Amino acid sequence: MNGLVWARRRRTAARFWSQFRQNKAGVFGLVVLALFVLTALLAPVLTPDNALSVTRPPGSPLDGPSADFPLGTDRSGRSMVDMIIWGSRVSLTVGFWATFISIAFGTLFGILAGHFGGWGSSLLMRVTDWFLVMPSLVLGVALAAVLGRSLTTIIVAIGVTSWPTTARLVRAQTLAVEARPYIERARALGGGHLHVMSNHVLPNVMPIVLAQTTLMVGSAILTESTFAFLGLGDPTTASWGATIQAARDVGAVSSRMWWYILPPGIAIVLVVLAFTLVGRAIEGVLNPKLRERL
Amino acid sequence: MSLLEVDDLTVTYRTGGGDVPAVRGVSFALEAGQKLGLAGESGCGKSTMALALLRLLPKTARLTGEIRFDGEDILTMSWGRLRAVRWAGASIVFQGAMHSLNAVQRIGAQIAEPIRLHSKATEAEIRRKTGELLEHVGLPARRADAYPHELSGGQRQRVMIAMALACDPKLIVADEPTTALDVMIQAQILTLIESLVAEQDISLLMISHDLSVLADTCDRLAVMYAGRIVEEGPAAAVFGAARHPYGQALAAAFPRIGDPASRRRPQGLAGDPPDPAELPTGCAFHPRCPARLDHCDRVDPALWPTADDDRRAACVHVLPDEGLSLLTKEPA
Amino acid sequence: MADSALPTAPVPQLAQSVRDRSGVRRRLRYYGEKLGGSLVSLFAVILTSFFLFRIIPGDPVRTMTHGRPVSIEQQEQLRREFGLDKPLAEQFWSYLTGVLRLDFGDSFQFNRPVTDLIGERLWPTVLLVGTSVVISAALGLWLGVRGAWNHGSLSDRVNTGVALTLWSVPSFWLGLILIVIFASGAGWFPTSGMESTAVEGWERIPDVAHHMVLPLVTLVAVVYAQYLMIMRSSLLDEMGSDYIVTARAKGLRDLIVRRRHAVPNALLPTVTLIFVNLGFVVFGAVLVETIFSWPGLGQLFYSGLSVPDLPLVQGLFILFSAAVILMNLLADLLYPILDPRVRP
Repeated sequence: MNGLVWARRRRTAARFWSQFRQNKAGVFGLVVLALFVLTALLAPVLTPDNALSVTRPPGSPLDGPSADFPLGTDRSGRSMVDMIIWGSRVSLTVGFWATFISIAFGTLFGILAGHFGGWGSSLLMRVTDWFLVMPSLVLGVALAAVLGRSLTTIIVAIGVTSWPTTARLVRAQTLAVEARPYIERARALGGGHLHVMSNHVLPNVMPIVLAQTTLMVGSAILTESTFAFLGLGDPTTASWGATIQAARDVGAVSSRMWWYILPPGIAIVLVVLAFTLVGRAIEGVLNPKLRERL
Repeated sequence: MSLLEVDDLTVTYRTGGGDVPAVRGVSFALEAGQKLGLAGESGCGKSTMALALLRLLPKTARLTGEIRFDGEDILTMSWGRLRAVRWAGASIVFQGAMHSLNAVQRIGAQIAEPIRLHSKATEAEIRRKTGELLEHVGLPARRADAYPHELSGGQRQRVMIAMALACDPKLIVADEPTTALDVMIQAQILTLIESLVAEQDISLLMISHDLSVLADTCDRLAVMYAGRIVEEGPAAAVFGAARHPYGQALAAAFPRIGDPASRRRPQGLAGDPPDPAELPTGCAFHPRCPARLDHCDRVDPALWPTADDDRRAACVHVLPDEGLSLLTKEPA
Repeated sequence: MADSALPTAPVPQLAQSVRDRSGVRRRLRYYGEKLGGSLVSLFAVILTSFFLFRIIPGDPVRTMTHGRPVSIEQQEQLRREFGLDKPLAEQFWSYLTGVLRLDFGDSFQFNRPVTDLIGERLWPTVLLVGTSVVISAALGLWLGVRGAWNHGSLSDRVNTGVALTLWSVPSFWLGLILIVIFASGAGWFPTSGMESTAVEGWERIPDVAHHMVLPLVTLVAVVYAQYLMIMRSSLLDEMGSDYIVTARAKGLRDLIVRRRHAVPNALLPTVTLIFVNLGFVVFGAVLVETIFSWPGLGQLFYSGLSVPDLPLVQGLFILFSAAVILMNLLADLLYPILDPRVRP
């Protein structure tokens, strides 16, 4: 029985991949993502020990591109290349954790609401309605302002304000899955709530959640950079948004230090775009009607 | 000259996974004032046929052959001429009238639209004509102000019929006009179509999966399977005693109510229609055929006149030597 | 329900009037429900903002004066000023009645009523955001319609790609880049502000327009993509519909089929989105206004955040949320006009 299930899942995965591969933009996004993840993981290897040090930086402040520093140096004399490399760690960390919170809450509440229905479900939907109406960025900014300035605050702020979208999506999908005949069979065979939810609903909801996840990581990274730029992040973390903010602070705009402003922004665009492309490609595989129009 | 002559029409959809033939060499003729029924299961290419007649298929469809309407070839016609022929020459009553009407436009405006396009009538004349059309199909003229969702399924189908009559066409194509309606309404709509067509001497091409409906309404019947006509002849003869095993099965699947013979006949047909992308070799019907011969997977017979006059069928059983002569000509 | 038996009623006039009356009632109930829902949301926002800004920080005065030399006496003074020495229920009551009278208290950094500050900064934001929404909606819808109609073509793929890329761009960064290239670089546009000091009278209009170009381009660039994608996919949905085939079968030109049949139907979901989005764009303006020193609410919000000036931030939080709620309400009220199927 178990082997059978696994064989079936493996076949599904193989089919999924062969369809995903046909979407060139999605594959491009995946490659870009892989590169960024690799960069983030290897950051300590790729950069010198004092890469982020403000007290004994590798170069002199605000130098233009040179052989030693291909993208110049920042206001403390740190190499912009190293700043971008370390920034990918921050961005991906925030993106993944915020999304994890959002997806975990969203999936949990979505499945519960969809499975049990009744007044609990409608109450939950009221709450998500209310969250959706509230400008999440405003709430996040307020939360971050109130909780103090740190990476954790940003993660919590993004996660807490973005789960309702996932919850709505998951609830709709749960309702669709539970209407299928085999759920009734599972119930008739004595499957309890937990069994039905974990063995039948969850595996069928996961693909949608996966697509939603990739799209959400992208927007979480964008939000993080915004928060960092607004000065709500930890001032000592070298996130891309914070780097842009620092560049603005030292007057990089009026003195046109393009190497200070351009690279972190391009890094953000690339990562966010990559997540978006992958997310759309997954959506396309899951929904053939959508696929035709990608 | 017939009003509509279709000659060796093929429709092929180009898809990412290769070409899919939907219609594979269909020929038939429809005389002025005649009523032809086209029957078949879903996916046999009958709706594709209907859309092909006015070149309404998506860009991915490739058409070959000839469709002569009133002496002009539809397939080689200029776009301007084609637009003039659409609705004014031949109009279509689509299936599922819910989605065939624009949900955010009043039905009066939708009926008036082709009149305004194809005639030089004044607004007052158009309004009067719209009201007349509605009353003609049994709806009060003031319903012109209604939106589609305010009407019942039967009423919407009546609106579709009124719309089809708007420009006094020579031919009406009715694609599953009664599907999704309940039985009483079905009968009303069929009677309405029949009387209007007879009254105004319009030719009718009616498409349905329900052979009994077609047999009641039409003069002649054509049965389609896997993109081809496999049987063709006078309605009563085809419905009563089909020559092609598929025609027989289709007739048995929709018995005439009150016909004791149909109660004793075996009904239904095992299996599904073939995937147009992967048609069986030989006769496309042979995997499901109850009267299959050994060589049916190697012979693909064309329509052949049967012993009686005026009927044709594409089956080895009507061929003089059960198609064995065709077999010898084909390389193994 | 009650009028279901009416078609057979013997006296048509009577039937008509009964139907009209119940129709009016139904309409009133629909609008009443929507309005009520909005008021509940608004109340929830007011409640949230009270707890968010007074309870969570523990001591708002300390949060506000964080990292600043403020004496104990000054802190006490501030506490009394904000009424923080009173019981919670009393605080809430005075807060609530204050908000209902549009009184959000005095700004800590400007030492003036928050309401006055908002009043001064409202119009620049309305001007910037309003113009940008009109332009991005027009641009997004137009490109979306074109993309759907020629979907899969080179221009469609390029347009979609550009839109997705611009959607991934942080607006503040785009603003900085535009300043570097066109303002401090080429010198074609001013780097900041809304108008030049020396300009008077009618001359002010072209002057403000000149100042607005770059902020406007930035806002439009990051916003129009959503409209494009929604319009494109909703039109693609409609294009596969049967009524489009009917319209083509009638002999209408493709252009007319698109304009008269496909687009009106595809607009329905899009309009809702535009309105819902409008509320959010106000907040999106925070970054753009900050970058370009545009003297609007967004810049005010940013300056409040950096202090942090809690009464100011709180007032703006309620205002921004109320804008979203208002736009949602407008979308709900507008939708039945566009779609007869949901007309109450």
